[in-house]
Amino acid sequence: MSFFSEENRTLAREIIGRYPKRRSAMIPLLHVAQAQAGWVTEEAMVEIAELVDTTPAEVLGTCSFYEMFKREPVGKYLVNICATMSCALAGAAELMEHAEERLGVRAGGTTPDGLFTLASAECQAACTEAPCLQVNYRYRYRVDTDGFDQLVDDLAAGALDDEIPPHGVTARVRQHIPAGRAVGAVPPEAVNEPPVWIAASASNGAGSA
Amino acid sequence: MASYTIPHAPGFVANDAPRIVTERFDYRDSYTLGRYLATGGYEGLRAALERTPDDVHGEVRSATLLGRGGAGFPAGVKWGFCPPGVWPRYLVVNGDESEPGTYKDRLLMELDPHQLIEGCLIACYAVGLSQCFLYIRGEMAVAQERVAQALNEAYEAGWVGRNICGTDFSVDIVLHWGAGAYVVGEETALIESLEGNRGMPRLKPPYFPAAIGLYGQPTIVNNVETLANLPWILRHGAEAFTAIGTPTSPGTRMVAVSGHVQRPGVYEITNGTTTFRDLIYGEDYCGGMHPGRELKAFVPGGGSAPWFTPAQLDLPFEASEVGPQGSMLGSGAVMVMDDTTDIPAAALTLTKFYAHESCGKCVPCREGATWLERVLRRVCDGTGTPRDLDVLFEVGASICPGDFPHAAVPERGLEPKPFPYQMTTICFVGPSAFAPVHSAMTLFPEEFEARVAPNAHLDTGPSHGPASGTGPSDGPAANSISEVAIRV
Repeated sequence: MSFFSEENRTLAREIIGRYPKRRSAMIPLLHVAQAQAGWVTEEAMVEIAELVDTTPAEVLGTCSFYEMFKREPVGKYLVNICATMSCALAGAAELMEHAEERLGVRAGGTTPDGLFTLASAECQAACTEAPCLQVNYRYRYRVDTDGFDQLVDDLAAGALDDEIPPHGVTARVRQHIPAGRAVGAVPPEAVNEPPVWIAASASNGAGSA
Repeated sequence: MASYTIPHAPGFVANDAPRIVTERFDYRDSYTLGRYLATGGYEGLRAALERTPDDVHGEVRSATLLGRGGAGFPAGVKWGFCPPGVWPRYLVVNGDESEPGTYKDRLLMELDPHQLIEGCLIACYAVGLSQCFLYIRGEMAVAQERVAQALNEAYEAGWVGRNICGTDFSVDIVLHWGAGAYVVGEETALIESLEGNRGMPRLKPPYFPAAIGLYGQPTIVNNVETLANLPWILRHGAEAFTAIGTPTSPGTRMVAVSGHVQRPGVYEITNGTTTFRDLIYGEDYCGGMHPGRELKAFVPGGGSAPWFTPAQLDLPFEASEVGPQGSMLGSGAVMVMDDTTDIPAAALTLTKFYAHESCGKCVPCREGATWLERVLRRVCDGTGTPRDLDVLFEVGASICPGDFPHAAVPERGLEPKPFPYQMTTICFVGPSAFAPVHSAMTLFPEEFEARVAPNAHLDTGPSHGPASGTGPSDGPAANSISEVAIRV
């Protein structure tokens, strides 16, 4: 039994094809796996290892380095409250305290209904809009306690389903390189001369690159 | 394609200063190809393609475009470090913005992705880079969507890919995305990550991946904002660019100002001449502190930068002036603390960040940052001892031996120690864990001494972070949470 769905297997092949070396596709494929299952399962890592021509241990090694990859199930909504400087100056600690109370779990915990995982996060690059948080990496800015309660209510009621996909799905618009327009990956071993526009310019005596 | 409306990022505040990279930000459809083409889009690329690659490189070199990612190295010079005769060469775009306080590359990616794409193409043409990898931070789902959409449009319209504009210039731009690791913003760690590995910085030398980078090949790593400047430079010329700002810091730069100011925002400022006072107090900028509050300290260049106090307000955004005064301009992030700020707790917030983000490769950083956090935490909690303050400096010295840069403290007759520092680590994460501790303890020693005084813990509640002002001092720092935390 393979882990990836037929659709994701095709997507994985398309992604791998863009890189000069297959292994470079590892992080993007881990994201595809997480989008499919909500977290990164062992079966997924085994299959990614096959796809990028390495061992499952190597995939685990890469996977475990990165914060976003969850190796056990998390809630449908991962609520990351920023705790870094600008948000801390704007009361992020109080927001977290409120969030823990509202959801009934400590930071790092998941609600019993499996809907919410609450986490403390590092700087999210929205520092002028502090305190901020992300739900499945979708921003909410200048969040106060009432705003947080409203957000939780809306998420629970499914009112934000259009904007916020379940955990694991990040970007929903994907790059697609049309076959007729693609140059193709440029592996180091396949090329040892300058690209044509450089060579042309050099042979005209104009360049020395 | 997305069936929902991609939300628009807030934060940018326009003013009368010249605009180079934010010139389209006022349009609601700034991210579309239609708007881009209607406002001079891809004209820089067209102009470049009519010249030789060397000529384009020369134009960028004479613009003295300083890298906007943190180190401030001139892009044109960096491009020149590729060893001759070694092919292929690659371009890696650093869109892994995650330095505390930094919020500009995300705006550039979300609001004007075609400008970034055009910048990538100009760089590839000039330096002979055969493939471009656009690495966007994993947590920035919306930026990934906007850039993906823009790339799809640009491929369809013939701006990217095979035979661009009908010439023999052909290059693919591959959208790549990370998965959450601050250290990956370091350029050699970025390359490791792009190769599918744990994102740990590589040993130096070589100091620049231009020599040995992606797959061992010559690789240019440029920041998003740096590349976003290129279309304008090619459209208007290096001379028009250097006419803005100062000769050593020309053009503009984007700066995010956050913290305790009236109008936090992302501003495009004139490089070299704008001062921190303009930025924090200017009516066109942040409009000063909240009523009744005073400026206590500010971080001038992202969480890694040593702190400044009101004594340094008149310094301009000019590396040659800020460096000797003990800090750096870094990634264009100013974090402002008013007189209600609990300084030890603020330092702890930043040190905790770097301790958490240490990749573990270098022992002084892995162990040092962790211990800095632990010791500082007990000082903040009021359970530390006077000896702990010495320990903090000792641990710091194991990461950065010798003098650590700091600002002048005129009232104590303390002279500035210039930037940079020496370090026992491969990259800047370790020193960055020490910077806030060292700054806070050097600029505000009394707040630390009060915290470790006998029985200090009896006056000190649990630490809630820098806004909560639980310190035992009798100054304004002892305010309650409600007085401090809320923005107007």
